[in-house]
Formats: sequence, structure tokens, C-alpha cells
Amino acid sequence: MKVKHIAEISIALLFARWKQTLIAAIGVTFSIALFITLLGFMEGLNGLLDSLVLNRTPHIRLFNDIRPTEIQPIEISEKYKNHYNFIKSIKPAIARNQLHNVDAILNTLEKDNRVEGVAPRTLAQAFYSLGTIELNGMVNGIDVEKEAKYYSFADYIPEGNYMDLKNVANSIILGIGAAEKMLAKIGDVIIVTTTSGDQFPLKVVAYFQTGMADYDKVQSFVNISTTQKILGKSNSYINELQIKLKDLNNAPPIALEYSKIFKVDAEDIQTANAQYSTGSDIRSLISYAVGITLLIVAGFGIYNILNMMIYEKMDTIAILKATGFAGKDVKRVFINIALSIGAFGIIAGSIVGFLLCFMIDNIPFEIAAMPTITTYPIDYGINYYIIAGVFALFTTYFAGWFPARKASMVDPVVIIRGK
Amino acid sequence: MLDKKVLEAKSIYKTFTDPVKIDVLKDVSFTLDYGEFASIIGKSGCGKSTLLYILSTMDTDYKGELFIDNQSTYKKSEKELAAIRNEKIGFVFQFHYLLNEFSVLKNIMLPGFKSNKFTEEELEKRAMNLLEDLDIKKLAHKMAHQLSGGEKQRVAIARSMINDPIIIMGDEPTGNLDNKNTDIVFEIFNELTSKYKKTLLIVTHDMSFADKTNRIITMDDGRIVS
Repeated sequence: MKVKHIAEISIALLFARWKQTLIAAIGVTFSIALFITLLGFMEGLNGLLDSLVLNRTPHIRLFNDIRPTEIQPIEISEKYKNHYNFIKSIKPAIARNQLHNVDAILNTLEKDNRVEGVAPRTLAQAFYSLGTIELNGMVNGIDVEKEAKYYSFADYIPEGNYMDLKNVANSIILGIGAAEKMLAKIGDVIIVTTTSGDQFPLKVVAYFQTGMADYDKVQSFVNISTTQKILGKSNSYINELQIKLKDLNNAPPIALEYSKIFKVDAEDIQTANAQYSTGSDIRSLISYAVGITLLIVAGFGIYNILNMMIYEKMDTIAILKATGFAGKDVKRVFINIALSIGAFGIIAGSIVGFLLCFMIDNIPFEIAAMPTITTYPIDYGINYYIIAGVFALFTTYFAGWFPARKASMVDPVVIIRGK
Repeated sequence: MLDKKVLEAKSIYKTFTDPVKIDVLKDVSFTLDYGEFASIIGKSGCGKSTLLYILSTMDTDYKGELFIDNQSTYKKSEKELAAIRNEKIGFVFQFHYLLNEFSVLKNIMLPGFKSNKFTEEELEKRAMNLLEDLDIKKLAHKMAHQLSGGEKQRVAIARSMINDPIIIMGDEPTGNLDNKNTDIVFEIFNELTSKYKKTLLIVTHDMSFADKTNRIITMDDGRIVS
């Protein structure tokens, strides 16, 4: 029995009840379209929310934490070497949260081909002076080009040109919250007071906005040399190296490796932001559950319609069997019908799903927290189409299998003699 | 033909148990030789149709032995029996049983698709020849449901012939037809034996039809009486 002829019989039966068939196919189309739209929208949103945090979070941070010396002097002492030494209230000694030998570390990192880029930071505690009032502030010394390249710094600048940080001497990018409090416009000069009491006039060249109000009220960015100047340190004074890896998933082992090699503290992104991926995972899981439920419901539709078709086409099945078609051939015909409905639904559903995604993608969506986002986020990943397609094929196959088995077991004698 | 037996039934018993136990066939044995045109007659309920469906391999729930073309059908799978039906047996029913979804030509060709004995072109040619022989060539491209009863039955006969079977069985093939069409169908059957040398086994209660056949098998109460 050739596939072509099985197909021919299937098609004839399909079109004999084309209205019902169409309804089943629309069911599949609808569920595939919604699956794709739901997943695309949800994953788009996940990506957006994740990128809100993850994009500007370094994959590995290298820094020197303030902590007491691990080996206390008494333990080195020859005299008390074989004693148990109990020491209470240990305090850290001189806080040196600068990274030592930064040039050597940078050289090594540059040669490491797992590393995409490194951005240095120098942090300075400071106050923004506003007449007689002083606001708490944190001045981040950055290399603005690297920040823009590796951490999408530009995405968070709603106003002003971030490159001015490098081009204009003694310039500052203020968090939008801080700028509002200080009524500082772009081009204004504000005064920053260091913890040691020195005052620096800095020119506002841009605002930045992360969407986290507390962060935007306190943080500001200046060129790294400006912080070093504010702190009165040399140009090798760097607090932190922020490493971007080629593959984010390698962060934990590499962080461990660097902390051993460089004898510094290394924190990987997974440890620092564990809760974000958990949230995304659960949202994805719920979306998949809903999407797959839709596909299964469509499968029941196909099951129902095929069952009805079999009752209506009992005569046809009986005659096929009487003229020598085996049960298996009849089964193939009905599974073919189910799969054709599924295939039609997959193709139409993918198109409708894409159009729905496209529509959502063009709905304006502007929120203050994300200046670069203007429309709803959509993930156009091909994988959602593949998952929906594969799963729909499975569902329709099984939805067809049970009625097809029933059809294959029709006893022609009962039908023919019953007339 | 060396062996002339086309069909042989050896002591076939059949019992219905639902709703009460009834012995429908009791020790039915007979043989059908090559080229015979036989009819089975008997009162309604005597088991003649039941016997025919057993002989056609569609009904497998019986005791006894059945040989078709000297092949035993004992313990054959559903698939193997379907193949036997497809290639060796042509069947004509009382109610035409054409598939309304297909054209006349496709209806005739369908059993041929299953057997794969002929290519599609050959099948189409064979089908057209059969239609021509039965004088209904002009109907070839009509849909099955557009035909009259007599025409449908003639198409059904053409379909039974498509795989060049060795035996053609009919279950009251003229039962639903008027006299004129009955005569036409009989003439066709007659031609099948004379021209195509087919073996025919027809269940009927139309005595005038049976009288014209070569051999009459009479059944009464589940037994063959003559």
C-alpha cells in the first residue's frame, strides 16, 4: 500500500467533513498561536527583567573585602605554636580595599580567552553639597568606554551624552533621583565633598536612570581618574575589576580560580543574583505549563472530531476492510487525518503566533525605569515554534491514535449485515 | 488448471451466543470448482449469509476448516486474511457500498491500490476496460452518490473484478434492484463466468435468478440440503 494512496483516502475523508475538520484545525492553530505568543511575550519580559539586573552586573567581580587577617600574630609565634589560642573581638586592621598589582592582573585577564572584557572601578564615598545640605552619595569612577561596551551603560542614559564623561574634564553623570533633588540641569556644576572634607566642582554632562530609585538617588559616575583625584590616590588605585565572560555559566569555577591566583575576593554573578534566575525559571515554567495545556486541549478536540468521523464513516471503513484493506491500513488513514489537521494547525498557528507577537511588539510600552524600551518586549526565538510544533505533532498523533485504533477494529460483517 | 478446487469448506460450525445460544451453521461442507456459477438459496435466517461471510474470510469466529485456492485460512492473521480478500475474492453487496467520497473510477481502483499488483496507470486502464465491458464508461468521472441503484451495482461489480480475483461472492446483489436491473446484473455475472472464467458464489432468495445459475446450493436450518 503506497503512502500516496493512503493520503488520497485520508484527504477524501477529510474533505467529506471539511467543516468539522476545519474547526479541529482552528483549535490547533489557536493553541499553537497562543503558545508561541505566550512564550514569546513571557520570555521577552524575562529577558527584559533579567537584563535590567544581569546586563550591568559583572560576571565576576574581583575586589579586596575588608576582613580581619586570617592568620593572627599569636599563631605565628614560636612560643604559642602548640597551644590553642582563643582570641575575642578581632577587628580588621588598616582597610586596604585597593587591588594590588592591578596591571599584572589586567595583563593576565587580557590573555585569558574565556574573558570578553574587563572594566575597572574606583569607588569613593562622598556628599553632594546642596547649599547647606549635604546628600549622601557614592561616586563610581569608571572607564566609560568599557562600561558602554560591556555593560550597556548607554541604555541607562536618558539625557546627555555619556562620552562627555571622558571628553569633558571634571564631569559627572548624576543619577536621576539625585539630580532631581539637587535641581541640577545638564551643564550645571555641582559640588562634591569627600569624606576627608575636600570639595570638588564637577560639571553634570548626563543623567542615568536604572529604574531602582534608591540606586538612582545615591550613585553617580565620574571618570576613573577623577575618583582617584577625589580620593587623593595614585592612578593605580583601583577597587574593583568587573569581568565579563564569554559564557556566563562558567562564572563560578573561574571566579574560584581567579581568587586563588590573584589572592583576592572573587564573586560570581550566580552567587550575587541567584534570585533573578529563579524568578525567570518559574515564570517560564508556568508559561510552558499553560501553553502545553492549550495544546492538549486542542488534542481533545481532534480526538472528538475523529471519533465522530469514525461513527459517520463506519460504512466506508467496513467497505475498505471488506475489499481487502487491513486494520493497519485503516489506522494509517485516520492517523494521517489527525496528523494533517495537526500539520495545518502548526503552520497556520506559527504564522498567527508570529503576527500576534509582532503586534504585541509594536504596542507602546514606556516606563521611566527603562528608557530604551518603547514597546512590549517579545522574544522571537525559533525554539518556541519548534517546541510548539513538536508537541502539537505528538498531541495530534495520540489524539488520532485512539480513534484510529477503534476504526481499525471495526468488524465489517457487523456493519454490512446490519444494513 | 491442475487443481480445480477454488474454495473448500470442511464441516463448518457457527454459533451465535448473543442473546441466546443458536447454532446457525451445522457441519457445512462443500467445494466450489473453478469456473462454476453457483447460487446459495434458502429461507431467510437459514444461515446462508452467515456462511458467505465466513467463506469471504471476514467472519473468523467459527469452527471448521476453509481453503481458498488450496490455502488454509486457519490461524491466519487479520492482515493475511485482508490480503487474501484483496487479491482472491471480489465481493458484491446488496447495498452497493460504494464510497461516496470518491469518483466511480477511484472506487473501482481502490482495492487495486491496496494490492500493489498493478501500477496506477495499469489500474486505470483496467478500470476503464471493465467500465466499458459493463457499458457504463460514461460514468467514470461521476461521483458515486450521483449514480442510480443499478449503475452503482454495476460499478460495484467492476470494483470486485479489479484485482483479477479467482472468486466473486455476492450477498443478494440483486436484492435491491428492479427486474430490469436484475437482468442486467445477471447477464454481467454470466459473462464473468463465460468470458473471464470467474468462479461465482451468489447468495440470493430470488428463485428465478438462482434457476439460471449452473449450480444451486439449498440451505435449510444451518445445513446444506442439496
